[in-house]
Amino acid sequence: MSGLEQLYQQIILDHAKRRVGDGLQEPAPGHASGESHQHNPICGDQIQLRVELDGTRIVRISWDGTGCSISMAAASVLTELAEGVERDELIGLIDQFREVMRSRGSVEADEEVLGDGAAFAGVAKFPARVKCAMLAWVAAETALLAAA
Amino acid sequence: MAAAQNVPQPSAGPGAGQQHAEALDAAEVSRLRADFPILETQVGDQPLVYLDSGATSQNPRCVMEAEQQYYEQFNAAVHRGAHTLAVEATDHFEAARAAVARFIGAGDDEVVWTSNATEALNLLAYAFSNASAGRGGSAAERFRLGPGDEIVVTELEHHANLIPWQELAFRTGAALKYIPVDAAGALRMDLAPEVIGPRTRVVAFTHVSNMLGTITDVAALVALAREVGALTVLDGCQSVPHLPVDVKRLDVDFMAFSGHKMLGPTGIGALYGRRELLNAMPPFLTGGSMITTVTMERAEFLEAPNRFEAGTQRISQAVGLAAAVGYLDEVGMGRVAAWEERLGARMADGLAQLPGIRLLGPDGVARIGTATFDVEGVHPHDVGQFLDARGVAVRVGHHCAQPLHRALGVTASTRASTYLYNTEQDVDAMLNAVADVRGFFGAEA
Ligand SMILES: Cc1ncc(COP(=O)(O)O)c(C=O)c1O
Repeated sequence: MSGLEQLYQQIILDHAKRRVGDGLQEPAPGHASGESHQHNPICGDQIQLRVELDGTRIVRISWDGTGCSISMAAASVLTELAEGVERDELIGLIDQFREVMRSRGSVEADEEVLGDGAAFAGVAKFPARVKCAMLAWVAAETALLAAA
Repeated sequence: MAAAQNVPQPSAGPGAGQQHAEALDAAEVSRLRADFPILETQVGDQPLVYLDSGATSQNPRCVMEAEQQYYEQFNAAVHRGAHTLAVEATDHFEAARAAVARFIGAGDDEVVWTSNATEALNLLAYAFSNASAGRGGSAAERFRLGPGDEIVVTELEHHANLIPWQELAFRTGAALKYIPVDAAGALRMDLAPEVIGPRTRVVAFTHVSNMLGTITDVAALVALAREVGALTVLDGCQSVPHLPVDVKRLDVDFMAFSGHKMLGPTGIGALYGRRELLNAMPPFLTGGSMITTVTMERAEFLEAPNRFEAGTQRISQAVGLAAAVGYLDEVGMGRVAAWEERLGARMADGLAQLPGIRLLGPDGVARIGTATFDVEGVHPHDVGQFLDARGVAVRVGHHCAQPLHRALGVTASTRASTYLYNTEQDVDAMLNAVADVRGFFGAEA
């Protein structure tokens, strides 16, 4: 696989188009929610992301964002992965994703755990793009704190 | 190419390049390329196609050699000490200043070294600020700003020629106004006479837009500023490297530019200022090397340019920059400009043929070799990454011109920018790569 294909795996290109969770949703009555806005001043990518919880379980993530295919695909993958997951479990997933992203390619991504998020392992070899991949995940982390 | 002169020589006269009307030709460009070792670089398995000189240019061997020779033979603190090396270092430092001054048509004492254009513009803004705080006595009256005064910029500006003026306005209570652009990014010259008025004290504007490469009508803005007695500040960052520039002919009061964009090293730039203005202006940075008499209470300052050069200076960089302008002079700036105009037109024509590609910027405005575009359905970051995989280096993002991007209704863009070492093959490699971008990202209809 060329460097470009490692970076832009088909899963990523597909998610960049599907954009699961695109469009902020109002939380249902009785549900807790938290929000975060993240911005990458280098490229202007931004995301407004909302986490909706029923007790400690994540019901839904929704977001409005603009950015490159990596950042939008990362938001989409996260949204899909997070639905129905316990809050602490999502925090663990975010930590794992971050570890892979920061590893410059030395840490393998566990597909069993990270699902489509494992396709981002190739991004870790492109340090300039790691921030793109992390944007939505950092937003989710911050939104969870805000919801607490 | 005899440009490998190591030490600045007082060779070509001011604006020597303008005597050459015709462009460089492909054979000559190919000879010039041999002077730039980095152009041999491979990116992965692709030869480098460097189209990001608008961000920073590459160095010819003679520039690197000049710096190395300085360190091997002359390195010492300048303007201090009486030993032989110190004298030689000072000679080289001042010869470098003279060479750069001549290159832009200025007097030797009208060029102040700075680290880059950003520092040059901040130096000016802080000199105004210090004058406004009462420093500089009656001579500095022209630089005193307060409520009721106006600073004028344009919507084209690089952040470096915007934020220092915003901050100056905040510090002094002066108002900041700007000449807007139209939907295509052309400066609304029709509105300039309304924006520049009796309260205007400073008009700061770019000679060439770093985002679009479009060339500003300097004479028109200078005339309007003169009419109301305002000082003019030209951002020459994108013009001095690519066009014949003569500050006296342009008749501006100040001009800022950066060495690294004109084949020189990083860490060196300059502020041109008319002699009588520089000598009336209070200093920005203070300390050693810029004073005459110092007591525990106060200090007297040297004349310009030294009064603005506090502390140990960037000597090897100045020497390197002098070698760069020697190289440019030898090629001839008029010929550089004509060649780049040709490359720019080839980029614009080629991009116009590609479906889903929109060239940004107004029609019918002269440009340097810069083409900035939007790829429908693909984010500029992805465009840049795709081009990089083909060895093509371009700039993506907001290019430190967020307001101009906003005015054009985009958050980011892709910019290809040329220099004298770029070939028509470079342009074609870029065009071929751009032609494949939308297919790769599935953005084709
Ligand atoms: C028009 C313009 N002004 C100012 C600057 C700032 O130059 P520097 O970063 O070298 O200070 C640049 C460089 O990007 C520029 O293109």
